[in-house]
Amino acid sequence: MVDQLDTPVRSRTSAPQKKTRRSPDSTAGLLAKILLLGLTDAFAVYVLMALFMNEKWLILAVATAVTVLINWIYLRRGGLPAKYLAPGVLFLLVFQVFVVVYSGYVAFTNYGDGHNSTKEDAISSISMSAQKRVPDSPAYQVSVVEKDDVLSLLVTDPDGGVRIGTTGEPLEDVEDAEIGGTGKAVGADGYRTLNFNELLSVQQEITAIKVPLSEDLDDGILQTADGSNAYVFKPVLVYDEAADTFTDTETGVVYADGGEGSYVSDSGERLPTGWKVGVGFENFERAFTDPDLRGPLVSVILWTFTFALGSVLLCFGLGLFLALTFNHPNLRGKKIYRTIMILPYAFPAFLAGLVWSGMLNQEFGFINETLFGGADIPWLTDPWLAKFSVLLVNTWLGFPYMFLVCTGALQSLPDDVNEAARMDGASAWRIFRSIKLPLLLVSTAPLLISTFAFNFNNFNVIFMLTGGGPRFSDTNMDIGATDLLITLVYKVAFGQGSGRDYGLASALAVIIFIIVAVISAVSFRQTKALEEVNS
Amino acid sequence: MKVHTTGTTAFGRRSFALGAVSVTAALVLSACGGGDAAESSDSTDLASAGATTLTMWVDAERSPALTDVTARFKEDTGIEIKLVTKDFEQVSDDFITQVPTGKGPDLIVGPHDWLGKFVQNGVIAPIELGDKAAEFQESSVAAMTYEGSTYGVPYSIENIGLLRNADLVPEPATTMDEVIANGKAAVENGAEFPFLVGMDPKQGDPYHLYPFQTSMGVPVFGTDENGGYDASKLELGNENGAAFAAKVKEWGEGGAGILNSNITADIAKEKFNAGASPYFLTGPWNVPLAQEAGINVVVDPLPTAGDQPAQPFIGVNGFFISSKSQNSLAATEFALNYLTTEAVQDAMFEGGGRPPALTASFEKAAEDPIVEAFGKIGADGVPMPAIPEMGAVWADWGGTELALIKGQGDPAESWAKMVSNVEAKIAK
Repeated sequence: MVDQLDTPVRSRTSAPQKKTRRSPDSTAGLLAKILLLGLTDAFAVYVLMALFMNEKWLILAVATAVTVLINWIYLRRGGLPAKYLAPGVLFLLVFQVFVVVYSGYVAFTNYGDGHNSTKEDAISSISMSAQKRVPDSPAYQVSVVEKDDVLSLLVTDPDGGVRIGTTGEPLEDVEDAEIGGTGKAVGADGYRTLNFNELLSVQQEITAIKVPLSEDLDDGILQTADGSNAYVFKPVLVYDEAADTFTDTETGVVYADGGEGSYVSDSGERLPTGWKVGVGFENFERAFTDPDLRGPLVSVILWTFTFALGSVLLCFGLGLFLALTFNHPNLRGKKIYRTIMILPYAFPAFLAGLVWSGMLNQEFGFINETLFGGADIPWLTDPWLAKFSVLLVNTWLGFPYMFLVCTGALQSLPDDVNEAARMDGASAWRIFRSIKLPLLLVSTAPLLISTFAFNFNNFNVIFMLTGGGPRFSDTNMDIGATDLLITLVYKVAFGQGSGRDYGLASALAVIIFIIVAVISAVSFRQTKALEEVNS
Repeated sequence: MKVHTTGTTAFGRRSFALGAVSVTAALVLSACGGGDAAESSDSTDLASAGATTLTMWVDAERSPALTDVTARFKEDTGIEIKLVTKDFEQVSDDFITQVPTGKGPDLIVGPHDWLGKFVQNGVIAPIELGDKAAEFQESSVAAMTYEGSTYGVPYSIENIGLLRNADLVPEPATTMDEVIANGKAAVENGAEFPFLVGMDPKQGDPYHLYPFQTSMGVPVFGTDENGGYDASKLELGNENGAAFAAKVKEWGEGGAGILNSNITADIAKEKFNAGASPYFLTGPWNVPLAQEAGINVVVDPLPTAGDQPAQPFIGVNGFFISSKSQNSLAATEFALNYLTTEAVQDAMFEGGGRPPALTASFEKAAEDPIVEAFGKIGADGVPMPAIPEMGAVWADWGGTELALIKGQGDPAESWAKMVSNVEAKIAK
């Protein structure tokens, strides 16, 4: 944040400096450059080869382009800004832009439980699950045999009869089969029996073999999953490729592509496994029109703003206060105090939430039992106290950061202004209010905005501490007094109803993104004004 | 002043940027590295060379039982099984998202109640157990069956039971009223709590209270003709529901004080191990620590609150094969023909301590009276519903019970409201 002040100056002074040193690069610098670029390229080539082997052409093209670009940027002379910016921009694209764009894309699909993959996958998995073993049918022992590159199943009946068949060729009797020790046929004339290792090398072909039990397909088909046992299966659903429908073999009900990513019968019954399709603005519509969502949404939005603003103000207020206090030049042991102060910052928010939730336990918690002498204060189960507790814990977690930032900013404030004000007879409060605070805000305001944005989506503290509770009693959704928008999204999209709905979650996330982006953009504009006034 | 700071901050910045870049680079490298490793295990050219490698996802808790077994399998067949340990909370979600991309594992280990989601998302293949089904305990195979097909090879069964501190209460009880009476007597003799069960102060714990609920005739779902759960028959709302709700309130903080929402699982464990309560409603996972703490632990059958048997939920752990496995034959060989043998199920019990699902192995394990007692209770249990609709039940169910335990609301009214909420969510 201190850097904010000198950015314009630095770019002017450091660039020419660099240029004079540039022409013959220092040996160490050159070596480092070659090494780093070499490592990057080695890794890139490895990735490219892997992509080539896996026939991922699009990603391969993009990765090649990026590799070429990186080499071009770093091998050419000049173009210094690009050399500085390239890694950052690259990582920004991969970790931020791509994620945002992908969430945006998911928001317009029905991706979620039951709509997990492509239509082909759905069809194959429906067909797979539809294969039911014929009730009370015997188990067959099989050997896999090969003749003229065609794999067949050599089948031994439970009563000892030996037959052979393969896909499209119903079972027929085999004479003089070679019988193994356990009564299982292990070889037949003219056929070569595969051993276990050979089985493994053609496993997909073997599991794909479907031997009709007889000429009549209704008797079922014989399939093996392990190459040694086979069972008679009959599909309960049959896929008709031409019509793109599934037909129930018992009831005759036809399931057709309903246009919403699943097979639906005329009476509206749908097969559980569907696939991902685009649904346009449906997810956004649901976010705004679902009555269960709309009701609690207002109070949740209000609380989200209160929480985010409150957290920023409390953390900043406390952090600034402590920073001012510990900035006194004559204070002894400053380092120790400061280190202690920063400790909560080193605590993972996740863990802190859990620890605090234990300490705030109504009956057995440290706070009630020790600090309040066995009082029965419902810290986390009363709606208002829960809100208070959440803010308290978040302040505890957040003030060290603000303390750190303010200490740094305070130390970089010019002493002359301070002195001049004192000479003019300004009181300490006046100096703070009119001189220090405005100067501080120039450097810390952007951080306050990002802290706001962070707390707006502060999932961990809420989820670990209260889980959003205590619940509202006027909605049938599991939404409570301390739920933020982000925990609401999580609960609505993942915790309730019949499974996770990534599409709806992404749509809600996009809405939150828009809210936060607008607030941040407006506030940043304000800070810019602040900067102009002061510099 | 601005000019003054330039030199130092410029340096600071550059080294910071370098550091940041190298850290990010390391992250990228490791992320990509992980992905590539998963990829190469799928590639078919390895298989054609004869060296088949299977990948299996497992969580940290279940992996100790499997390291030996997979090593032995490699010795016996030459097929290597790569165990990838993942976080339990994530492993099933990751599986559902990764399988369609072709980067998922060949096998995954986990509890049977994942089945519904897995089938709904088309990520696992059915496994025909054949004659082997008869060698397993009936309830374990039933749990692995979903909509008429078996999808997993079971290896262990788990359920809760009632732990009793025999030093405080010497005789077993059969009904909840007797348990409460014994508990109160113990409290008069100096114990701190009459009865303990770990609760989540935010969500209640319907799982642990379920045996009482079933004993009063209020299962969650009814069953269809095949014995599977039927989401259209929500039995929570049947005529006995209100009576059970009233019982929960009666046992709660405003009443007998048997159920206390502030007692978390950790607090309950700690107090029971300190000898502060004669009873502790929990699973076998808490027994070893209690024994170490010197408690004279006996496992009692679950007490009834009504006139029907107290049926707990049972959880069956098993192995599932990915629907997109390129090595399904090898995976089936491992799951169906290797893991179902007595020696392997014995070894998994020794390694992981979970009661085996294979009857022969269970009988051996049941020489330990604790295992035997839990097994007897589990024989009466019902599988945890695996249907996706179960996800719509937990939040409201737990929330309502929690409110009742706290003494809030009218039992019949809040129970009816909970049922209508759940119905609305299932209908969605």
